[in-house]
Amino acid sequence: MYHIALKMLMGDRGKYLGIVMGLTFASLIMTQQPAIFLGLMTRTFSFISDVGLPDIWVMDSKVQFVDDIKPLQDTELYRVRGISGVEWAMPMYKGMLKARLADGTFQTCIVIGLDDATLIGGPPVMLQGKLEDLRRSDAVIVDIDGAKDKLAKPSATPGGKTKPLQIGDDLELNDRRAIVVGMSKVSRTFQAQPVVYTTYSRAKNYAPRERKLLSFVLVKAKKGQDLAQLTKRIRETTGLAAYTSSEFKDLTYRYFMKNTGIPINFGISVTLGFIVGAAIAGQTFYNFTLENLRQFGVLKAMGTSNWVLLKMILLQAILVGSIGYGLGVGLTALFGYSMRNTILAFRFPWQLLIFSGAGISLICVFAAIISILKVIRLEPAVVFKG
Amino acid sequence: MESNTAVSCRNVVKVYDTGGQKVTALNDIDLEIRMGELMMLVGPSGCGKTTLISVIAGILDQDEGSCEVFGKNLLTLRNHEKLDFRAKNIGFVFQAYNLLPSLTAAENVSVPLIINGMKRVEAERKASQLLEQVGLGERTASLPSQLSGGQQQRVAIARALVHDPRLIVCDEPTSALDHETGHTVMELLKDVALHKDRVLVIVTHDARIFNFADRIAAMDDGHILKVVNSAAQL
Repeated sequence: MYHIALKMLMGDRGKYLGIVMGLTFASLIMTQQPAIFLGLMTRTFSFISDVGLPDIWVMDSKVQFVDDIKPLQDTELYRVRGISGVEWAMPMYKGMLKARLADGTFQTCIVIGLDDATLIGGPPVMLQGKLEDLRRSDAVIVDIDGAKDKLAKPSATPGGKTKPLQIGDDLELNDRRAIVVGMSKVSRTFQAQPVVYTTYSRAKNYAPRERKLLSFVLVKAKKGQDLAQLTKRIRETTGLAAYTSSEFKDLTYRYFMKNTGIPINFGISVTLGFIVGAAIAGQTFYNFTLENLRQFGVLKAMGTSNWVLLKMILLQAILVGSIGYGLGVGLTALFGYSMRNTILAFRFPWQLLIFSGAGISLICVFAAIISILKVIRLEPAVVFKG
Repeated sequence: MESNTAVSCRNVVKVYDTGGQKVTALNDIDLEIRMGELMMLVGPSGCGKTTLISVIAGILDQDEGSCEVFGKNLLTLRNHEKLDFRAKNIGFVFQAYNLLPSLTAAENVSVPLIINGMKRVEAERKASQLLEQVGLGERTASLPSQLSGGQQQRVAIARALVHDPRLIVCDEPTSALDHETGHTVMELLKDVALHKDRVLVIVTHDARIFNFADRIAAMDDGHILKVVNSAAQL
């Protein structure tokens, strides 16, 4: 009977496509919008992900997220180094500074100052030049996206295309000269500002004069150390906040979830997608069953049981659900792929497939149940009505 | 019940509740139909003909009385037994053909066999043979929309016969057809469908086909007025 169910479903091409399109739309919205949401939220802590080496981040206890810098005194670094279980502890400067471009305009940059000796906390990928080149005079490393876009040099001819910043070019950071010695690839940040790496001591020169300039102390635990115990020890000894990388990501993520409208906005989009998709697909599928009610009545009169009819309708729902879901997630993946080199945030983990799959299944089960109820209640004698 | 009695209805009453208003569709119906017989139920619209064949075919339960088909009181059968009984013993021919529009002629005819558990390929092979018998050997792969009314009704007759049922119920089988096609369909029913181990019950108000009947039950207002042997006696 299953081939009959499939032929009934596909026999009316218009309705069949209507149901599939409704489910595709629902699946697309339920996958693409959360993927953008996840992409944005991942950007909130992308800097922490990029700095892969340290186990623990130490900072002022009032820091709420990664960009909420509350500087420490440099002496805190030595206090942390003195705590048992710490393999090494390195300073890091992170701040927003204005860069003066060749055409005289200003661009705010995220300036990262790395420990002068070890350069720990540097960019995850070097595209041109070497990290060690930062030891040269006035050296900075610029992220490639920033170099091509916001830090790009103006065209020699008016209205012409801008030229990407290159190795050897210079900038002014807070009225001090900075020479580009390398290009790096970093994860895009939430603020989408260019990222400029330099040494800690040079970063302090670039930054406006302040009593305290140390943003973070990056800590590596000794082998075999329990990270929870070590962070507790650092907190108790220094009175500072200490988080493992994943705890710091969580802190940042929760801050954005709680204090911005992002989750609500995307939540509304996803919910609307689900409701509209459910309404379109559910209604079309129900109408399809209603229009085939006479055919189901004929099958019932000829001796087909409700159980078999139920399986036929479920098969139809599963088929349109699978095709709609496949097309929806396929379009989402295509969207993500085509946007991979743009500023758009997009993250498509496998868990999202389960989320949207569950949503589509819910729509199909709902549509199938209301259709099945109609068929089960159907009197086979309806076949004799003209 | 006599041994050659196929259908025996005794004091059958069926009342419909249409929004609080009771309508008696069948009122104390007594009817016997013998094996090998073509019985026609005739009468004006709304007289209860269709309700009576629905009860006889086991797709509608009467409120009172009994209706035995091949010795089985359908009202006492459990639901799955009734389904099984219908699947094996009853063939249906409808006024509007009721073919599944997305299935080919052969696939439509094979449906009762598949319901009875036959494999699809074997069922379609048997269906094609029967379509040959009803003169549609060339149209086995045609969809209903590609067939004329007469051809669709022949497909419907083949579907009613394919699983070799003992009772065939036909609801107005010729009313949607012109006189000549209707005549051909009736000849087909009489020649191919009817034999000594089968009974045909045809509901009609098409007087042009009354002469095909072995007996005619004239109905009005939920009653059987009389059962006669020829149209002339009506």
